[in-house]
Amino acid sequence: MSATTRTQAEIAARVKALESMLIEQGVMTTQAIDRMVELYENEVGPRLGAQVVVKAWTDPEFKARLVADATDACKELGIGGLQGEDMVVLENTDSVHNVIVCTLCSCYPWPVLGLPPNWYKDPQYRAAITREPRKVLREAFGFTVPDEVEVRVWDTSSEMRYWVLPQRPAGTDGWTEEQLLELVTRDAMIGVGPVGAVA
Amino acid sequence: MNGVFDLAGTDGIGPVVVPEEEPVFRADWERTVFPMFAMCFRAGFFGVDQFRHGIELIDPAVYLKSPYYEHWVHTVEHFGEQLGKLDIAELDRRTEHYLAHPDAPLPEHDDDPELLAFVEAVVPAGAPAKRESDKVARFQVGDVVRVIRSSPKGHTRRARYVRGAIGEVVLHHGPMIYADSAGNGLGENPEHVYTVRFRAEELWGAEYAEPNQVVNFDVWDPYLEPVTVTVTTEGARA
Repeated sequence: MSATTRTQAEIAARVKALESMLIEQGVMTTQAIDRMVELYENEVGPRLGAQVVVKAWTDPEFKARLVADATDACKELGIGGLQGEDMVVLENTDSVHNVIVCTLCSCYPWPVLGLPPNWYKDPQYRAAITREPRKVLREAFGFTVPDEVEVRVWDTSSEMRYWVLPQRPAGTDGWTEEQLLELVTRDAMIGVGPVGAVA
Repeated sequence: MNGVFDLAGTDGIGPVVVPEEEPVFRADWERTVFPMFAMCFRAGFFGVDQFRHGIELIDPAVYLKSPYYEHWVHTVEHFGEQLGKLDIAELDRRTEHYLAHPDAPLPEHDDDPELLAFVEAVVPAGAPAKRESDKVARFQVGDVVRVIRSSPKGHTRRARYVRGAIGEVVLHHGPMIYADSAGNGLGENPEHVYTVRFRAEELWGAEYAEPNQVVNFDVWDPYLEPVTVTVTTEGARA
């Protein structure tokens, strides 16, 4: 093991060198790079997953279709694609809480949640969440799951992509879609946090 | 292969650190590396399973300490060199150049409408791994199964913590590209994929498992062997 790690400046130089060679080969262009980045910075993100959740909260027939086949149901809303070609939604209930991880790399449902946060890809989360999920949720996320609620960890080891359908909170009857959207956080759809508080 | 990337259950590597807010990309170089996956895939560098294996081959100390997107640089270099698409000596020379002159320009080049169209098309369409196959699924939902004790040297998704463990098939997804084949450059060879549910006690032992917890883990058909279940008079599995 060489065990040498690079500085940010060294990585940046390496990447620019690699980029220059790939540009000369016609593999990349700066225009296409900028467009791909723009898509994941501004267009594909957890707001899309939140739209699906709110639709499921407010339309029982849609929810039934979503739970039966998340890929098809999301397609109805124009949502799907790279790293979410085959999706399964995990419904939280009074007795089951779901949480996702990829212990072998960093698989994550991009079409509904965007690109994963760094902690999701870091060794620490991947190491601990299958072994001590309640402790991780409590200590890192300030989120306590009662002992009587089963914790189901989903280790994303194939090309299936899982994500969590949180429960609609009590006290939200008559809320508009816009109000409900504000409650659906990225962390709630990963399963590491609750939905937003109902004021 | 058995490696440090196979992290489930690893102790002693510190707490999960969750920043309040963070941008999608933390540095400009991350903005360049992220699109490399899709564009090098298009250029024939690798499939997604091979891409993962290239990351698994990183020096383990570097793997654990380096920023996430730097892993992608390693796998692009690995396959670029292996396929004769990248001259690493030239890459080293250019790296020195850009290190000394960070603002030196990239090569002049024209836009490529076809590449841009690829980006616009692949993001919403993806690249599905499900395949048609006439293979018969050996297992069905409800079956009790064991993950075989086998430690392949190349790419596999048989994480160490589920090897030898007994669980129950809870979902059957149908045939998909077989990671253990495609990830080693041996073709797609689709196999049925299942989700197997393991009780935490089975994985970590009753004295260390948290209460009321299961792990669901996806496996390909060849990972599994059937388990004969004896039901005792109390109804518990023996």
